[in-house]
Amino acid sequence: MSTEPEKPRMMKGNEALAEAAIRAGLQAYFGYPITPQSEILEYFTVEMPKRGGVALQAESELAAINMVYGAAAAGARAMTSSSSPGISLMQEGLSYMASAQLPCLVVNVSRGGPGLGTIQPAQSDYFQATKGGGHGDYHLIVLAPSTVQEMADFVFDAFRLAERYRNPAMILADGALGQMMEKVVLPPEGSLPRTEKPWATTGKPPWRERNYITSLYIEPDEMEGINLQLQKKYAEMQKEVRYQEVDTDDAEILVVAFGLAARIAQNAMEQARERGIKVGLLRPITLYPFPHEAIGNLTRNVVSVLVVEMNAGQMVEDVRLAVNGRRPVHFKGRMGGVIPSPEEVLEAIESVAESYRIPQE
Amino acid sequence: MEIPVATNGMEVVYRKPSTLTETPFHYCPGCGHGVAHRLLMEVVEEMGIQEKTIGVAPVGCSVFAYHYMNIDMQEAAHGRACAVATGIKRVMPDRFVFSYQGDGDLAAIGTGETIHTVNRGENILVVFINNAIYGMTGGQMAPTTLLGMVTSTTPYGREQPVMGFPLKITDLIAQLPGSYYVTRQAVHTPATVRKTKKAFRTAFEYQQHKKGTCFVEVVSNCPSGWKMTPVESNEWMEKNMFPAYPLGDLKVPHPILSQV
Ligand SMILES: Cc1ncc(C[n+]2csc(CCOP(=O)(O)OP(=O)(O)O)c2C)c(N)n1
Repeated sequence: MSTEPEKPRMMKGNEALAEAAIRAGLQAYFGYPITPQSEILEYFTVEMPKRGGVALQAESELAAINMVYGAAAAGARAMTSSSSPGISLMQEGLSYMASAQLPCLVVNVSRGGPGLGTIQPAQSDYFQATKGGGHGDYHLIVLAPSTVQEMADFVFDAFRLAERYRNPAMILADGALGQMMEKVVLPPEGSLPRTEKPWATTGKPPWRERNYITSLYIEPDEMEGINLQLQKKYAEMQKEVRYQEVDTDDAEILVVAFGLAARIAQNAMEQARERGIKVGLLRPITLYPFPHEAIGNLTRNVVSVLVVEMNAGQMVEDVRLAVNGRRPVHFKGRMGGVIPSPEEVLEAIESVAESYRIPQE
Repeated sequence: MEIPVATNGMEVVYRKPSTLTETPFHYCPGCGHGVAHRLLMEVVEEMGIQEKTIGVAPVGCSVFAYHYMNIDMQEAAHGRACAVATGIKRVMPDRFVFSYQGDGDLAAIGTGETIHTVNRGENILVVFINNAIYGMTGGQMAPTTLLGMVTSTTPYGREQPVMGFPLKITDLIAQLPGSYYVTRQAVHTPATVRKTKKAFRTAFEYQQHKKGTCFVEVVSNCPSGWKMTPVESNEWMEKNMFPAYPLGDLKVPHPILSQV
């Protein structure tokens, strides 16, 4: 196999993600059109028949996630994608899959809500993505890309983690990341090995007991046992936490932001640095598991914390838990599909700096 | 655990198929679910397709079907069995895939999935147990509940102006070009049992043709939900259910096609 990486090419986030999924050995995709992610469904309906996979437009997101359930439980590498309203419809299925311990990938190219909302990008599905989303005590593995390159790369990470932990994984992107074009180097086809799935329902041969996939445990003791198993798994998952730090060494203000908001924050930060404000960035890459410890450790050395999100303040609750009252935590957010400008984030940084009168050299 | 039986040299003419587990059915006395399970599993054994069969259990009284059927199975969310079966069949097209669903599961909460699965002509078998009531949740009205029929949520009898008409979903299914073989049977007498078994066998054989969905409705009873003895429930079923849901084939493949 040639080790020479492919040449970078310009791609839309949605298309880069879809092509990466095929290269990650995707066997079945089920989806339903919704802006701003329909290119993913369209890409698969063009490519999957040519490349030996299944792509099916379902009659609803409800059907799509349950088709993923069936395919994943039969041992296939399966995924779906949607945007916020469609992801809401999938919550029942995700709860069942978390309980039945089925690996799959769900992509949320999210948009502003609540309700039918807007087709513009937002991060207002953070709670839904990281706190379970459906009924019962469970978590998804959640990865938050901030570039088109990461839209592609995280497909591999998501499948790897989903199969390692037998748990659904979500890529939480937004409409801007789905639609923007950037240079991307795609990972090579076939570079994600298949995992053994002895639990899959593939037809019972004489030499093994029947396999069945269920989320029903009618006896409370048994159901608690399953819950304990899940909780143990989530505890183990904490070691998969990923985040990026920028200029945190000497930072007096720590900005915490994920996805698109982190890119905007980084731009604002650079401007703030030019004005002598020592500001650093922590970008959570996994939203679940969340980098509590990293944020907790960093806050010991900073004066205050600023969280920037494209919502009314969701991740800020997790940051407050991590900071645990040791430092003040400020919030800057825009809602409803409005993308904050670097200038208004800069203003927020300046006003935080002002309030603590950090000497400006 | 196999229960030892002294046969004293006599020939065994009736036994449990190897495709059923040793777990005793939890169904109420006189309920048709157990008979339908057994017939389906007898067919799987006789066709020698245990290794290639994957079933989908619904939410309803037969939610534990996977405890009884000795094959690989998946338990679906309420109403989603057809979508789950679609997911399986699409990634394993050479397997025999079936869903097993009650009337609430298939014709109320799961109507969308049912219609679209058949309309795509998914090459699966849908087994539909129509007992005109929600058995598992304690006898509430189902989409197939007859007009005038008393249930815990139609205490004065089902009235059309309030609760609409009984949904003859199997007639609807037969209209869809995606369905290949559609039949309505019962399991309350030796003769109906034989016919239902034949229908299951025919459906599995057709599944290999890859020509569309096979749909077998079993008009059945619910002694507990109907508040009757098993015998009374079967009499009531013959008198009231069969006129509304007449037994027989609704759609059979063209004789030339069925040779394919
Ligand atoms: C989303 C959801 N809604 C409601 C229920 C409760 N529920 C369980 S079984 C059932 C009805 C089943 O009736 P039917 O499909 O006719 O099957 P039967 O029990 O009669 O065999 C209902 C409403 C559920 N489990 N999930």
